[in-house]
Amino acid sequence: MRTALFVAIVVLSSTFGEIAVTHAMKIIGEVHTFTPRAILGVMGRAFRQGWMWTGFALMTAGFFAMVALLSWEDVSFVIPATAASYTVGALGAKFLLRETVNRARWIGVLMVSIGVALVWAGK
Amino acid sequence: MTAHKRLRTKTYVLLALMVFAGAIGDVLLSKGVKQIGELHHWTLAGLCAFLFQVFTNGTVWLGVACLIGYFICYTLVLSWADFSYVLPASALVYVLVPLLARAVLNESVTPLRWAGVACIFVGVMFVGLTPPSTTQPRRDSTAEQA
Repeated sequence: MRTALFVAIVVLSSTFGEIAVTHAMKIIGEVHTFTPRAILGVMGRAFRQGWMWTGFALMTAGFFAMVALLSWEDVSFVIPATAASYTVGALGAKFLLRETVNRARWIGVLMVSIGVALVWAGK
Repeated sequence: MTAHKRLRTKTYVLLALMVFAGAIGDVLLSKGVKQIGELHHWTLAGLCAFLFQVFTNGTVWLGVACLIGYFICYTLVLSWADFSYVLPASALVYVLVPLLARAVLNESVTPLRWAGVACIFVGVMFVGLTPPSTTQPRRDSTAEQA
């Protein structure tokens, strides 16, 4: 029960954290200029977005939940379990960010999830 | 070059930079911490000594710089590309890390891991068939700078 709860916290916190960061960057708008000055300007505007800090807070919570989980579970279980983040991420992108996730993208996401789980299982 | 081709080109360039920076950063961090060796003394003094060695190791700082580069590329590409496009692409780091670990750190890679690498590669190819952005852009960030 405790393990399932912490896996859920890791997956949901890190995924929703990244979705919050994505939302912050979409508010800023598409970057066209990639000079160092322009990039610094974009990063400065990004860190003035509340959503960026919300994203960081959620990703930090996810990181500490992962560290806690690793204190009683094997890494060979934890990391493949958290590969579910890719699928949860795609669901979050579809329903929260209103992205179009078509069949090809779903197949890709599921293949990547399986691949990440295998990479860590094979460690 | 059409707008569509320009979008795909800059997406691929940023993603490639992101993946290489992430993988190189991971490998350098691993190399740096391995140079320091395992933490044996789990006392406050031992921990402080270990952290001092970590933060004064050049390889660790190079790794951190690469990971900062990864994060910058990641946030920049998210300003136009879909999260559901970028997230699977970022898994290519898991493809590159075993290759670099084998070449630089002489780590062995198991067949199961290679199978995982192949799955990730195929998955990213499928995602790559889709357009990088399926949402309406809010506004042009360069207009803010004008």
